[in-house]
Amino acid sequence: MMLSCKEVTQLVSQGLDRRLGLGERLAVRVHFAICSGCYNFRRQVELLRRAVQRLGQEPDGP
Amino acid sequence: MEDFSALVERQRPYLLRYASLHLRDRHAAEDAVQETLLAALAGKSGFAGRANLRTWLTGILKHKIVDAIRRLSREAPLAGEEDSADLEGLFDKRGHWSEMPAAWPGADSSLEQKQFLIALEQCLARLPARTAQAFMMREHLGLETAEICKELGVTPTHCWVLLYRARMALRRCLETNWSAK
Repeated sequence: MMLSCKEVTQLVSQGLDRRLGLGERLAVRVHFAICSGCYNFRRQVELLRRAVQRLGQEPDGP
Repeated sequence: MEDFSALVERQRPYLLRYASLHLRDRHAAEDAVQETLLAALAGKSGFAGRANLRTWLTGILKHKIVDAIRRLSREAPLAGEEDSADLEGLFDKRGHWSEMPAAWPGADSSLEQKQFLIALEQCLARLPARTAQAFMMREHLGLETAEICKELGVTPTHCWVLLYRARMALRRCLETNWSAK
């Protein structure tokens, strides 16, 4: 199953919200091997998650 | 020795900023903070022995925020955020990137950079309200999708679409507005 970049980004996003099926995970991994754009996309949404967790956390503020 | 209510009151501006980030509705944010401060005063004994007042208050506020989102969703069911204009142009007809995402230089250290977090807040403020609420519930409050769907009164599929659009919009916004390059 060959996925387009658009489909891969949808699966990458859903992968942060639900457990992907084996076929989905495989298809995404195959796609990453040939597409640096989607691979970079995944790194960026993961970074986004870590960054958003930090928002508003200033425990020792005034 | 400062009065407990004065100490709590001094956290109001911070809490208001925090609530606004999630709710995107000034009145709802003020109400959530007010409820939090009242609950804190009533439950003062719950704070006894805890290290940080702000952390304790924020914990109460998180619950008030989810309550507020539930109320807002009942009052105004999701509408008007259905169009996908924000995603148009990202992919061509065959589903390939119009512009391939490039690696963000210094991405690993960007979390330590105040600039990055400021840009992120600005980008969040540009999201449609319901999209931002869904995203913050998922990524900041750490709720499961099923619970977010319930609070927003939407289907799981719709929930995933909201979260997807938030991520797509945020990464594009950050790419444009954050320059650690």
